[in-house]
Amino acid sequence: MMNYLTVPRSVLLSGAFLSAFILGAAAQQAADPPAAAQAPAPAPAAGAPPPAGTAASPSLPPGSPLIGRPAGNDAAAKLAPIAPPPIPAAPDKLPTAKLKVPAGFNIEVYAAGMANARSLALGDKGTVFVGSRLVDKVYAIVNKDGKREVKVLASGLYRPNGVAFKDGTLYIAELSKISKIEKIEDNLDNPPKPTVIFDKLPKDEPHGWKFIAIGPDNKLYAPVGQPGNNVLNDDEHGLIRRMNFDGSGAEVIVRGVRHTVGFDWHPETKQLYFTDNGRDWMSEDVPEDELNRITKVGEHFGAPFCLQGNIVDPEFGWGKSCSEYTAPAGLLGPHAAALGMRFYTGNMFPKAYRNVAIIARHGSWNRSKKVGGDVVIAKLNKDGTMKSLEPFLTGFLEDNKYIGRPVDVLPMKDGSLLVSDDYNGAVYRITYGKQKTAGKS
Amino acid sequence: MRKTTTALAYALIATSVSAEPIEQRIAPCLACHGEKGQSETENTPSLGAQHAPYSLIQLFMFREKLRVVEPMNEVTKALTDDDLRLFSDFIAKMPKPEPPGENGDPARMQRGQALVQQHRCDSCHNGDLSGKENVPRIANQREDYLAKTLGEYKDNSRHGYDASMADVMAPISPEQIADLAYYIARMR
Repeated sequence: MMNYLTVPRSVLLSGAFLSAFILGAAAQQAADPPAAAQAPAPAPAAGAPPPAGTAASPSLPPGSPLIGRPAGNDAAAKLAPIAPPPIPAAPDKLPTAKLKVPAGFNIEVYAAGMANARSLALGDKGTVFVGSRLVDKVYAIVNKDGKREVKVLASGLYRPNGVAFKDGTLYIAELSKISKIEKIEDNLDNPPKPTVIFDKLPKDEPHGWKFIAIGPDNKLYAPVGQPGNNVLNDDEHGLIRRMNFDGSGAEVIVRGVRHTVGFDWHPETKQLYFTDNGRDWMSEDVPEDELNRITKVGEHFGAPFCLQGNIVDPEFGWGKSCSEYTAPAGLLGPHAAALGMRFYTGNMFPKAYRNVAIIARHGSWNRSKKVGGDVVIAKLNKDGTMKSLEPFLTGFLEDNKYIGRPVDVLPMKDGSLLVSDDYNGAVYRITYGKQKTAGKS
Repeated sequence: MRKTTTALAYALIATSVSAEPIEQRIAPCLACHGEKGQSETENTPSLGAQHAPYSLIQLFMFREKLRVVEPMNEVTKALTDDDLRLFSDFIAKMPKPEPPGENGDPARMQRGQALVQQHRCDSCHNGDLSGKENVPRIANQREDYLAKTLGEYKDNSRHGYDASMADVMAPISPEQIADLAYYIARMR
């Protein structure tokens, strides 16, 4: 029995078999469920308790973030989530000189000194709002007499990752509530405390931090992630919701979303595209993160039953088929942590960039050879699916270690692009062509 | 006595000038946390050989009141970023804590060890629970502090820097926490 099981395990893990496995072997994969990503268990030493997650000791507890992690595997044991340094890098210590952009583009530091700088939003008067996840602050990058200045707008918040701006009002999403500050750009020096507009949200930490944005339908969109690496979602998890600006009229529009930390509406079709992070500990190479597209209210995007549109989950996929769920518009790399994404509609970049999706990939931790830690360009086909994925901003990964990690992207009115980096607590600006303010070329 | 020591520590750390050698500046900390890396104070962690990136995160969280422990919030209040780095680096070079002299009760030790394996603590903390980078050394930490901390992660009264420990602790029962702390404090 054990021998029979170990053969497909190793085969499944081999890269050569991988593409065949993804394309056509769903049935075969379903024949060997939770073991798919597990190395054969070593024989226990006499008297030692049996290792967990094996036939001898069947279970990690349900919901454990470590389900699927091979026991006694040295390479897997080296992997752990990577925490950014708590103190933002000094402007002269930022890795700007090591960052690479395509020919003709320039990159410079836009602002620094914002610990754990995460999601970005743009005010009508040019203020850039910056959320954070591991500290308690929302920042504003303010232009004043031609100089940029960083202000702390709010502190004492809990995981205030999400920021959005509309008609003078700043919206802030913490772990379990959404609040607003009206007339924010008139009160940057002494802003009032945020007022809560919606707090009927679960308090789970895993995937609890939120990206928010405002749609062309004048609704505020807010997701709730799956409360663990690979767990079932109840009605309150694994979804995207929209609501009016005062928190009323809230409705869940889609489910089966594991954790989206970035979305935007296509400039022409107005369809919502969102990134979604795939599960950990299944294998080095699958599942990949997804770029998804909502075509109608009520769609289910698969999590945790179907992964990347064509793999039934080894644990939860029993009795399910990927055909029951909306397939991704494109795949964004295994464990790559695709976070912020926005469509580019500006005039500064060359024509080829018109309406492309610009995606920040925070970079993997659950993979021996890191993937991501870059900003990529997704071009779409006429039917709205992804045509290609190309590198745009690279250089954050050095000797398989991060020297920075991009989180969000934000096109500015002049057509330049901002990129946040929570590892260094900074925001960079990418421009095209000869710029008066450009840094290195 | 404890109160006096803590009050003294505030006074000393707050008034110490950065020109003083680190050994002098850190002395008030070690009055509670133990001079040789091993704490003899109730519910107060041993700091010996703790990884600098982890300590830096904790000191930062104390200073910013992201982690609320009053004496620690007080003593870190006036520290600069460089001070935090200096203290973290110094702590990392202190000797690691040792297990207690007597072996633990075999049945509890075995239960604790099984739990460590079942919950894959080694996945981030290493097989010998010595930790790495931002993941703390927990091997031979004080039992009371381990039990308290695991409980606080479970009920989310201690907010981790990120969500990892809240995620891990969700399915673990209070009885299991007691066995985990017993074993980790005594493991060899």
